[in-house]
Amino acid sequence: MNNSSSNFLLVNILKLFLFLIIFFISKTSIAASEKIVYPQLDWSFSGILGTFDRASQQRGLQVYKEVCSGCHGMRLLAYRNLKALGYNEDEIKAFAAENSVNTINDDGEVVERPARPSDRFVSPYPNDKAARAANGGAYPPDLSLIVKARPDGANYLHALLTGYVDAPAEKKVPDGMYYNKYYSGKLIGMPQPLYDDGVEYADGTKATPDQMAKDVTAFLAWASEPEMEERKQLGITVILFLLVLTTLSYFAMKQIWAPVKNR
Amino acid sequence: MSKSKFKNPVVKWIDHRLPIFSFMDHELNHYPTPKNLNYFWNFGSLAGFALVTMIISGIVLSMNYTAHVDYAFDSVERIMRDVNHGWLIRYIHMNGASFFFIVVYIHIFRGLYYGSYKAPRELLWILGVLILLLMMATAFMGYVLPWGQMSFWGATVITNLFSAIPFVGESIVTWLWGGFSVDNSTLNRFFSLHFVLPFVIVGVVILHLVALHRFGSNNPIGIDVRGTQDTLPFHPYYTIKDLFGLGIFLTFFSSAVFFFPNFMGHPDNYIEANPMVTPAHIVPEWYFLPFYAILRAIPDKLGGVLFMFGAIAVLFILPWLDRSPIRSSQFRPIFKFFFWVLLLDCILLGYLGAMPAEGIYVILSRIATAYYFFHFLVLFPLLPYIEKTKPLPISIAEPILSGGATASAFAVREKK
Repeated sequence: MNNSSSNFLLVNILKLFLFLIIFFISKTSIAASEKIVYPQLDWSFSGILGTFDRASQQRGLQVYKEVCSGCHGMRLLAYRNLKALGYNEDEIKAFAAENSVNTINDDGEVVERPARPSDRFVSPYPNDKAARAANGGAYPPDLSLIVKARPDGANYLHALLTGYVDAPAEKKVPDGMYYNKYYSGKLIGMPQPLYDDGVEYADGTKATPDQMAKDVTAFLAWASEPEMEERKQLGITVILFLLVLTTLSYFAMKQIWAPVKNR
Repeated sequence: MSKSKFKNPVVKWIDHRLPIFSFMDHELNHYPTPKNLNYFWNFGSLAGFALVTMIISGIVLSMNYTAHVDYAFDSVERIMRDVNHGWLIRYIHMNGASFFFIVVYIHIFRGLYYGSYKAPRELLWILGVLILLLMMATAFMGYVLPWGQMSFWGATVITNLFSAIPFVGESIVTWLWGGFSVDNSTLNRFFSLHFVLPFVIVGVVILHLVALHRFGSNNPIGIDVRGTQDTLPFHPYYTIKDLFGLGIFLTFFSSAVFFFPNFMGHPDNYIEANPMVTPAHIVPEWYFLPFYAILRAIPDKLGGVLFMFGAIAVLFILPWLDRSPIRSSQFRPIFKFFFWVLLLDCILLGYLGAMPAEGIYVILSRIATAYYFFHFLVLFPLLPYIEKTKPLPISIAEPILSGGATASAFAVREKK
């Protein structure tokens, strides 16, 4: 009887696994059928133990500031958040102060003041319509969540930023549009943003478009999930605790059930 | 009061006036439970745990959430970024919904496999289906609250279904929206209902438990309990087993929360709702996909809505569709085979619900939908006439064709 009931447990577990496997397969095949295949890069932040690469993030912030921020805002990020990239308070203050925000003074007049660490990143355009008007009708999306808001976000961003190639002869590229092999529909409103030595890295890293794309993606991945490192770290602790608890409760259960026959 | 089973004078005093301790002792401690329950019987208590988790995390989230079209998305991001461990609470709530449905779906299929819906447990089953329905309404409205693209467009698609009702459809949709499109008033009422419905679920769960404890759990063999030799007191046998199951569940759940928190979500929901931009594919959360597939399989709008709700409605009358007196599939070979077909059919429907409604997918959804209804409406009533069932064992304590050993099990209980 014992033998057959342990067989039964095994069968049950196998069934459960089958259920999960089918679910996972269907889920991945959904994703696979919809997307263009992007080069799969080995990101420092992927995987259960992945963490952000501070140097890469700092370079990425520089790329964002000098290239992207001309058109793209990051309104959910505050300057104070940059502490996580390894900047000290004075650096953050100086960084914030390069921007200005509107405020109302004691006389009720709208005046400008330098941004503080507590302010959110200042967007390049006052509103969506201004953003569209300045970009030929195309809206440059806010980048705060961009890595989470696209399937396979990090690889997608890197692919998109390095995906500008000459359009095939039969493809007509209208004025104000650009050919990008990784963009759905291949025609994108954003001109190629990254060129060799588009920025000058302070740490001497060679600023190739590929390098800059990797760096800015690392920065944007952090911006999307600033809690990621803390989350994974806590996760390891929680899982270890649960494994101990579950193992203990398993043996407690075995002991309690040991005298029960014919089940 | 002279023979109270409680020693503590305060407990004794209270219990004499308000027999809450007797009640707990009776329902949670001595409650006789069939001794042959397998691990599929863990999913009831897991569903209860999931419900409590959702309510607690939900209440904390509501303290930091703003139900307004201009602020909802940002308030959720504020929870993710600025509220202490807000990301943890939100990921628990977000993944908790998915795991709640995983657990409840397994719970339902267990009921189907072992015939737990049959007399005298019909009302227990019906209350369960009612809980499923309430869960679906709650989950749907909860998904709207972060006010992302899928929130908005999902709400638009699903509420628009009601416009298929003849004559009054359009008015009903306007009434549901509180306006002429999914807008601020829709978000507000969805928040309000999303907050209150879980407590309605708690109420129905209590009725579900009252109905359960009337006759006790069904069991893998599906025959009635004959006496104390067939049962064990709930505590400690099933409390410890439920704890072990909870440990396994929490390990899976935590893996999702901490390492793959967005795996079961849709990336588009991290884009703020924009009524001017329609996403390429509007898909509901995974747990609605089988029903979504049925909806789209029917070429007529009203027909699709009726079939979709019919897929749930058919579960309500299940106890009267399956007239076989034998509960467990273990003794019903044909029924058992078709159980697995039904399970695969539901998984296929789920897959098809995520696919675009075109080409082969439409044909497959129609076949899968047809099978779903065939299974319940034709197969279930017919099977008892054609199926040759296996012989039932005499009792739970006596294994099939062996007898004996009953006394020793009895002796164990005596010792306790």
